[in-house]
Amino acid sequence: MVKEDLKIIVEDLDFFYGGLKALDGVNIQIPERKVTALIGPSGCGKSTFLRVLNRMNDLIPGTRLEGKVLIDGHDIYADNIDVVELRKKIGMVFQKSNPFPKSIFDNVAYGLRIHGSKDRVILAEIVEESLKRAALWDEVKDDLKRSAMELSGGQQQRLCIARALATGPEILLMDEPASALDPISTAKIEELIREFKEHYTIVIVTHNMQQAARVSDYTALFYLGKLIEFNVTEEVFTRPSEKQTEDYITGRFG
Amino acid sequence: MIPRKYKERAIEGVFLSFASISLVVLLFIMLFLFREGLPIFRVIGPLEFLFGKSWYPTYEPPEFGILPLIMGSLFITVGAIVVAIPLGLASAIYLAEIAHPRIREWVKPAIELLAGVPSVIYGFFGLLVLAPFIQDLFNLPTGLTALTASLLLGIMATPTVISISEDALNSVPGSYREASLALGATRWQTTIRVVVPAALSGISTACILGMARAIEETMAVLMVAGGATLIPTSFLQPVRPLTATIIAEMGEAIHGSPHFHALFAIGVVLFFITLGLNLLADFLTHRFKETGSGTL
Ligand SMILES: Nc1ncnc2c1ncn2[C@@H]1O[C@H](COP(=O)(O)OP(=O)(O)O)[C@@H](O)[C@H]1O
Ligand SMILES: [Mg+2]
Repeated sequence: MVKEDLKIIVEDLDFFYGGLKALDGVNIQIPERKVTALIGPSGCGKSTFLRVLNRMNDLIPGTRLEGKVLIDGHDIYADNIDVVELRKKIGMVFQKSNPFPKSIFDNVAYGLRIHGSKDRVILAEIVEESLKRAALWDEVKDDLKRSAMELSGGQQQRLCIARALATGPEILLMDEPASALDPISTAKIEELIREFKEHYTIVIVTHNMQQAARVSDYTALFYLGKLIEFNVTEEVFTRPSEKQTEDYITGRFG
Repeated sequence: MIPRKYKERAIEGVFLSFASISLVVLLFIMLFLFREGLPIFRVIGPLEFLFGKSWYPTYEPPEFGILPLIMGSLFITVGAIVVAIPLGLASAIYLAEIAHPRIREWVKPAIELLAGVPSVIYGFFGLLVLAPFIQDLFNLPTGLTALTASLLLGIMATPTVISISEDALNSVPGSYREASLALGATRWQTTIRVVVPAALSGISTACILGMARAIEETMAVLMVAGGATLIPTSFLQPVRPLTATIIAEMGEAIHGSPHFHALFAIGVVLFFITLGLNLLADFLTHRFKETGSGTL
């Protein structure tokens, strides 16, 4: 079905929190430099799936994974994978904005610094570039030393996006990045996502169906840990092939 | 039925009066302290009192310079901090960030229990274990030295530092850790660069309160510091800190004599030192709260 270059290939993925099977036999092929939206009712495993992709679930004790997750053809759960390198390649934006209680500059420079950049000129350049890409530069350029905690909610989320961009990722994972924001901030974030497509492979969780329709090229519907349908967004919304998809997007459950 | 409004007023009133009672009692203690302490300044000027180099209150004529005592307190407090802060901080980081939750569940209450052990018990430990050890180690005429007191006070202040720092580390939101790890940081980088700076206000409060604990401690230092009223030049000398002086000499000082007033004046000095430390702790707590810390 998908004719694009594939960035992420997931084969027969099962994921367990202790005894709870949160993902069940997921097969999906996520194309490069496109926006893929994950939709589905709350608790269906969208966040779990997203966190499988950068191995954030490793941090939760008692979790177990079966199946294969390939990024650029490499199994990211293979023994020889360096998780630090992997996460450098994959930026993540969380549902609740979580800037560090540091200055704006230090927030964006954080990823670079932990990976060893010390050159102030280069740091300053990348910080500026990242803030511009996240459409925050004009609002904060006068005082980058200000604490990130003084920014508004929408600005904080864009700062988190800038922070994720600074390390030069290829993939961006976004877990309901606008769910806590007002409509204007939400529109700004959606605008960013559309611009980012050229550079990044984006996987975004949303439970706002209009948002999925507005920003994504592909849409995947999850239900009870299973991938129910995955197709070009327009198809999913206009001609769903599964009954459950139709029920969900027309609001009959979820 | 009594309307809710009055009930609430009544409850407020009860709490207000309790709060006022304790304030008033505190005020009286302060007034008493000042009333008994200030008369010494009829005998000796405040500067002479604070910076006088000899404390011979029972000589004829007596000398009331408390500089040796201040230096004694300073020596052992600084020594105690050097022990308690690294030890306490490292333990707190271990408990909050590294230890398995089950270990934390056991160790944390045990440490809090240690903070509650009466200081006489620590004093015995210092006297019977620490002092002989120091004496042998450095081949000294006596094991009762500033170093012994420092070590002992350091050990005594460590639980305070651990307990408050651990609380501070624990209250750092998990979302900061997630953000850092997702950027490719290791657990260690996350701890040092994000979690500890985010908890800095609590940690500095912990250190100040640990320090206050060391300065205020009386019984244990009386037992192990050695009691010499000379200005110390080395940690291997016996010293007599402010608190120990008061408790050691109060029994022999004649009520109303200059010696008696001088001991109260030492109390006044201690009062201001503790007040200063508490204000500092308070300031640090608020200082970092709003904006977070800078980069470490
Ligand atoms: N840390 C966790 N420990 C145990 N179970 C979890 C954890 N996180 C999520 N789950 C469970 O896994 C299932 C999927 O959750 P999640 O991926 O968060 O769903 P979604 O993001 O679609 O709302 C839910 O049943 C949830 O309760
Ligand atoms: Mg979720």
